[in-house]
Amino acid sequence: MDLFVAENISKRFSNHLALEDVSVIIPQGSIYGLLGPNGAGKTTLLRIVNQITGPDTGELFFNGRKLKADDVYNIGYLPEERGLYRKMKVGEQVVYLSRLKGLSKNDALQKSKYWFEKFQIEDWWGKKVEELSKGMQQKIQFIITVLHEPELLIFDEPFSGFDPINANLLKNEILDLRNQGATVIFSTHNMSSVEELCSDISLINRSKIILEGNIQSIRSQYKSNTFKVVFSDDQEKLTKGLTDSFSIVEIKHKQGLNEALIQLNVGTGNELLKNLVSLVHVISFQEVIPGMNDIFIQVVEQSNLAA
Amino acid sequence: MNKTNLVIKREYLTRVRKKSFIIMSILGPLLFAALMIIPGWLMSLENKEMRTIAVVEYSTANKPVPDSLMLFKDVIPETAYLRFTYLPSTRLETLRHNFEESGYYAVLFIPQNITYAHQAKLYSTKQPGLEVKNHIESAIEKYLYNLNLRKYDISLDVINNAQTNITVQTIKWTDEGEKRSSTGLSMVVGYAGGFLIYILIFAFGAQVMRGIVDEKTNRIVEVIITSVKPFQLMSGKIIGIALVGLTQILLWFVLTFGIVQGIESYVYNQKIPDVEQLKPQDILSTEMGGVSKNAPQEQAKQELPSNIAGLDDILVKIKSLNYTKILITFFFFFLGGYLLYAAMFAAIGSAIDTETDTQQFMLPITIPLIFALITMGYVLNTPESGLSFWLSIIPFTSPIVMMARIPFEIPVWQVLLSGIILYLTFILMTALSAKIYRTGILMYGKKVSYKELWKWLFYRR
Repeated sequence: MDLFVAENISKRFSNHLALEDVSVIIPQGSIYGLLGPNGAGKTTLLRIVNQITGPDTGELFFNGRKLKADDVYNIGYLPEERGLYRKMKVGEQVVYLSRLKGLSKNDALQKSKYWFEKFQIEDWWGKKVEELSKGMQQKIQFIITVLHEPELLIFDEPFSGFDPINANLLKNEILDLRNQGATVIFSTHNMSSVEELCSDISLINRSKIILEGNIQSIRSQYKSNTFKVVFSDDQEKLTKGLTDSFSIVEIKHKQGLNEALIQLNVGTGNELLKNLVSLVHVISFQEVIPGMNDIFIQVVEQSNLAA
Repeated sequence: MNKTNLVIKREYLTRVRKKSFIIMSILGPLLFAALMIIPGWLMSLENKEMRTIAVVEYSTANKPVPDSLMLFKDVIPETAYLRFTYLPSTRLETLRHNFEESGYYAVLFIPQNITYAHQAKLYSTKQPGLEVKNHIESAIEKYLYNLNLRKYDISLDVINNAQTNITVQTIKWTDEGEKRSSTGLSMVVGYAGGFLIYILIFAFGAQVMRGIVDEKTNRIVEVIITSVKPFQLMSGKIIGIALVGLTQILLWFVLTFGIVQGIESYVYNQKIPDVEQLKPQDILSTEMGGVSKNAPQEQAKQELPSNIAGLDDILVKIKSLNYTKILITFFFFFLGGYLLYAAMFAAIGSAIDTETDTQQFMLPITIPLIFALITMGYVLNTPESGLSFWLSIIPFTSPIVMMARIPFEIPVWQVLLSGIILYLTFILMTALSAKIYRTGILMYGKKVSYKELWKWLFYRR
């Protein structure tokens, strides 16, 4: 079942097209990565999902029916550009913002208390926001985003500005929330966190989606039939002995051992391994699966060239 | 609870709890009370002191004249606080030399050529008050006038009989009958009301703008806007601050009244028949809705000697203004004017990134407001003129100009018409501002022009 569907969304601002015929399907319970270079249209799409702006054309569905105004109560959004009232007390602020998300005063109080205890920050309750460090403020912002227990959580660059410990804490909280049934849209430039967290992605460039799908299938789709082999003999033994089916992309000396990147022209990895074993002493052998970082760069550059 | 209400509540509570609000609430009334009491108090201090002015007369040959030759002896009448001592054969230089020890307030020097040179001199180490100067001038003028007439053999009786003293009393016809009124007082009240509205619109309108710029630069708006519609956020802020303004003004009125009443009763318990003290306090107690004066005051009034009748006259005039009506219209036009301008302030706040960028968009706000303030002088002089009428109908100037006209008892339909137009314009302006606002609050780092704002009016959501 899909929690959120955007169909053929287009949005034009006075002098540029922010989104062109964009469709996104977000499966229930997934952590969905929304990727793309700066200015590609991600924030506009997120604002449309949050009903901050409306699309010019296209339709939006939430839980199988058309998105309606009340659905904002079921969405939690942590924008990239985020802030708090600096002069307001932390506790009051959390309660105020969650009441704006439709919680009653009692619920808001009770749930705020729960999260403050969970993060062990009860003593921040009466402090003014300006007394908190940036990292502390981000924790508060995270609490505000999730407090009303929405079905759909949207995080725009959630880890920027977090130290590794807090980033890890946050990551685990996100995974926890997903395990409890929430669906997460995750927009970031940090590709390693995409590989780590996301099950599906969409890549937006210049207002269009240029790549989408399950992250594992995308990565195997971008395999270039390249293998990395580490061996302990002379490099010459390899370069001279390798058959024409395979070509060496790169070969180097590394920490007393040799490492080569070899591409298959024809045949399979097994045939390459057989060939290698007959030539050198193989220490390790593995297929090179491209990282999301490489795929991102490759796909965006291709699409920019095509445009 | 409705979300707009939540926004209103937050805006109101955070501001009312601020130190600056509390300080302003206390300082304001102290200042107002001081403005009302201190001038009267100073006047009473000054008046109680009996002053003696020495008069010397010089002949046309520029010599001091002996008693027998003094032309102006006993010409200037004494007043409650002024006495004149005529010094024959006394040189001006001698007086000057011994001035400090002599205890004279001033020395009046009358050369006998005054009959054609028309000039006397008043010497003092202090600056003598205008009242003193006027008193001397009119006495000598009158004496010389009579002297001149007598040259034509007109008898003193004839002169005295011919002399009349005319005052024009302004009396207003009202439904309850006739009322003595004071044009001067109406002008003062009108100016004060208009000026206060001008200040308050700026002060609280700027708070709206600052609040919006703050939310924008904080980026909290990005978070809030997912749960509240931009219009709800904007109107919540405007209404919240309006309530802060009304609270502040109400506190000012109540506290000022309290302070002045307190001082008044203290003063009257101290010295009951001191008439001079009556003036300022009474002005206020009537202003505050005609609260009946306390008993000692009534007694004091009954004991007034006849030369205080003028003061009594002032009091009647002060009471002639309809303060309840003035107060109600004040609140009504402050609110309308504030709402109209707050909507404009909100649009500006949404379009800029920092408060320092405000300048380029402030003109549409400052020009009509300052224009209204400038025209107030004209309006106060001719409250019934066509221009005054239109200035009090056009919504951008009406809150200020109407306040200036109100004490002159203008027709009710004009007040109503002005009010209706003001509030309709406010609704229209809010709708336009909301369109600019919802685009503006999510725009960062862009230098916005008027052309851009105009385009935002037509953006689709």
